[in-house]
Amino acid sequence: MSTTTVAHDEVHHDHPSGIMRWLTTTNHKDIGTMYLTFSLVMFLVGGAMVLGIRAELFQPGLQLMNPDFYNQLIGVHALIMIFAALMPAATGFANWMIPLQIGAPDMALPRLNNWGFWLLPPSAILLTLPFTLALFGIGDGAIATGWTFYPPLSVQGGIGVDFAIFAVHLLGVSSVMGSINIIVTLFNMRAPGMTLMKMPMFAWGWLITAFLLVATIPVLAGAVTMLLTDRHFGTHFFDAAGGGDPIMFQHLFWFFGHPEVYILLLPVWGFIPQILQTFSRKPMYGYKAQVYSLWAIGALAVVVWAHHFFTAGMPVPALLYFMYSTMAISLPLAVLFFCWIKTMWKGSMTFETPMLFAVGWIILFGIGGLTGLVLADVAADAQYHNSYFVVAHFHYTLFAGGIMGIMAGVYYWLPKMTGNMYDETLGKWHFWLTAISFNLTFIPQFFVGLAGMPRRIPDYALQFAEFNMISTIAAFALGLSQLLFVYVIIKCVKGGKKATDKVWEGAEGLEWTLPSPPPYHSFTEQPVIK
Amino acid sequence: MATHSENQYYVPHGSIYPSILSVGLLSLASGFIFNMNNLHFGKWMMYLGAAIIIAMTFKWMGSVISESITGQYKSWEDKSFRIGMIVFICSEVAFFAAFFGALFYMRVLSVPDLAGYDADITPYKDFLSSWPSLGPGGVVLGNEYVPPANFKPMHWNGLPLINTILLLSSGATITWAHWGLIKNKRNQLVIGMALTVLLGITFLACQAMEYHEAYTEMGLTLGSGAYGATFFMLTGFHGFHVLLGTTMLIVILIRCMKGHFTPEHHFGFEGVAWYWHFVDVVWLGLFIFVYML
Repeated sequence: MSTTTVAHDEVHHDHPSGIMRWLTTTNHKDIGTMYLTFSLVMFLVGGAMVLGIRAELFQPGLQLMNPDFYNQLIGVHALIMIFAALMPAATGFANWMIPLQIGAPDMALPRLNNWGFWLLPPSAILLTLPFTLALFGIGDGAIATGWTFYPPLSVQGGIGVDFAIFAVHLLGVSSVMGSINIIVTLFNMRAPGMTLMKMPMFAWGWLITAFLLVATIPVLAGAVTMLLTDRHFGTHFFDAAGGGDPIMFQHLFWFFGHPEVYILLLPVWGFIPQILQTFSRKPMYGYKAQVYSLWAIGALAVVVWAHHFFTAGMPVPALLYFMYSTMAISLPLAVLFFCWIKTMWKGSMTFETPMLFAVGWIILFGIGGLTGLVLADVAADAQYHNSYFVVAHFHYTLFAGGIMGIMAGVYYWLPKMTGNMYDETLGKWHFWLTAISFNLTFIPQFFVGLAGMPRRIPDYALQFAEFNMISTIAAFALGLSQLLFVYVIIKCVKGGKKATDKVWEGAEGLEWTLPSPPPYHSFTEQPVIK
Repeated sequence: MATHSENQYYVPHGSIYPSILSVGLLSLASGFIFNMNNLHFGKWMMYLGAAIIIAMTFKWMGSVISESITGQYKSWEDKSFRIGMIVFICSEVAFFAAFFGALFYMRVLSVPDLAGYDADITPYKDFLSSWPSLGPGGVVLGNEYVPPANFKPMHWNGLPLINTILLLSSGATITWAHWGLIKNKRNQLVIGMALTVLLGITFLACQAMEYHEAYTEMGLTLGSGAYGATFFMLTGFHGFHVLLGTTMLIVILIRCMKGHFTPEHHFGFEGVAWYWHFVDVVWLGLFIFVYML
C-alpha cells in the first residue's frame, strides 16, 4: 500500500488571488485553464482574419483589400490557428487531464509549466504587432509569405518576417518546455501499478506528440534562424549564388511541418477513443493495436516530409520513396479508424454533444485523410498542388480533425473542470451549425480546386464565382456559430446543473473518481492501480 | 509540513520569475528586430530585455538552489530533473542537426548540382564543384554587383586541433571532479571544477582568436558562400553553448566551494556535466565534418 502524498508548502494554502494568481501559478489546472482560454481567444482572432479573406473572395475582382494585405491575413491566420489556437488547446488539455488521468498530484515541473504558458502571450504580440506598427508607418505589415516562410520571398520580405521568425522561436521554446514537462510527468508521476501499457490513450497520444515536438521544433528554429541570417547577416543558405538552395528551406521546414500535422492530431486521437467508449458504454476496442498504431504513425511522420513539395523538383527515386512512405501512413491510420468504429459497434450508444462531435469527427476527419491519400499520389499531385483542393483537404484534417476534435474534448471535460453541466440543447445546436456550415464552406473548395482555382490569390476566374459565394456565406455562418460555443462555455463556467463526480454514465478512468471540479491538489494521495 | 518522506512530491510554490522572464524575452526579441531594421531605439529594448533575462534566471535558479539545500528535493524530484535534462539535451541535438543537415545538403546536393547543369543553360559557366565552396556567383547589394571575395578555408591542425584537445581534456577534468565529489574529496572536486572552467574559458579565447584571424587575414566571413555560412553558424552556435556551459560551470564551482553538494545528492552538478559532455560531442562532430573532411 502506498502512502504517497503531496508535500505542502505553507504558501500553498493561501495562494495569491487576482492577476497574481495567474502570473505566478504552478498549479496544473490553473495553467491548463490559461492555455485553453488563450487558445479560445486566438481561435476567434484567427477566425476573424479568415473572414476577411473569405469576404474578399465573395466575388471575383479586388474589393476590400490590396493583395499584400490579403497575403498577410493568410499567413498570420495559419500561424495563429496552428501555433496559438490548436497547439495551446491540446497542451491545455494535457495540463488539466494528464495528472488527473495518471493519478499524480501535479505536473512534474510546475514552474517550467508556468513559463511554457507565459511565453505564449509575447509570441501572440510578436505575430500581430506588425499590423499595428504599419498603421504608424513602421514597416509594411505582417508576414506576407504564408505560414511556410518560403525563400526567396521571405528573404525579400519586410519587418513582418522578422517578427514572425521570433514569434516562432518563442512558440517553439514554449512547446519544447511543455513537451519536456509532459514526458517527465508521464515517465515519473504515474500512480503505482499504472504501467505504460495501462496508461489512458490520451496520455499515449501526448507522449508521442511530445517526442515529435522535441525532435522537430528545434529543426524549425534552426531553419528560421538561417532565414534570419540570410536576411540580415549576409549568409547564403538559401541563395544559389552562394552555393545554397531555396529548396533546402523547404526540406528543413517540412521536416518540422509534416510531424506538426501529427503533433496537432495525436492528442485528439488520444481522447476521441475515450469519448467513444464512454458513450458506447463498452471498453475501448484494440487498446494495444491503437498504441502501436500511434507509434507507427509517430515514426512515419518524420520520414515523409517531401510530399509537401513534390512539384518543387526532386529525383524520381525520391518522389517514389516519399509517395510510398506517405501512403504507408494510411495503414496504421486505418487500424485506428477500425478500432474507433469497433468501439462503438453494438454499444449502448447515446448522443450527447461530445459524442456527436466525436462521431462527426470520425466521418469528417476520414474525408480529410482520404483526400490526403489522393494528394500523396505524385502523378495526381502535379495537378492538385497549390490548388484549393489542398486548402479543403487540410481544413478537413485540421479544422474537422483538429478543432472539432478539441471541441468534443471541451464538452466531454467541461463538467469535470467547472463542476457544472453545460447547456445540452445549445451544445447540440453548436454541433449541427458547425458541422453543416463547415461542410458547406469546404466542399465547394474541393470542386473549385479540382477545376484549377489556385490558392493564396485574392482574385479568381469568373467560373468559380458561385462556389466561392457559397463558401463565403457558409464561412460566416461557421464563424458566427463559434460565438454560440463561447456563450455555452461562459454559461457553464458561471453555473448550471451541478455535475456528479463521474459526470457520464459510462465514463472510465481516474479523472472521474475525483469531485467535479477537482480539488486544488489533484491527488494528494496517489491511487494504486491493480 | 516540515519534513518530507521519500514518497512525497514537492510541488513548488508559485513564482513570478517565469512570467517576467517572458517579458524580458519579448523585449529582447522585439528590440533585436527593430535594431536589425535600422530602428536603433531597439538597442535599448535589447539591453533592458537581456538585463531582465539575466536577473530572472538568477532569481529563479536561486530559489531552486535554496529549495535544494533546504532538502525539499528527494529522489522522486531528482528523477524528474534527470529525465527533464535528458529530453532537453535531445532537443539541443535536434537543433544542431538542422545546421549539420544544411552542411551536408550543400556539400552533397546543392553545390555539385549548381556545377552540374548543361553548359547551354547554366548561368554559372566556369563554376566547378569543390569544397570549401564560395558558390558560383557574387551577390547584388543594392544596384551593385559584388563578385565573391575569395577566402582561405580554416585548417584543422592549428587552433581547431588545440581546441579539440582543450575540450576533450575538460571532459576528463569534470569527470575527475565528479569522482572527487562521489568519494567526498573536496579538494579534488574544487580543483577539477576550476580546471574545467579554465579550459572552457581558454577554448572561448582560442575561438575568438580564430574568428578574428578569419575576418582580418583569411577573408573568411559569414558571407563567404556555403562554406562561410555553415562554418560560422555551426561553430558560432557551438561557441554560444560553450559560453552558456562555462557560465553554468562557474556557478557550479561556486556551489562546490560552498559545499552545496553531497555524494548522494548533486543533480545540479551532474546536469551541467551532462550538458558539458554534450557540447564536447558536438565539437567532435564539428571538428570532423567542418574542419577535417
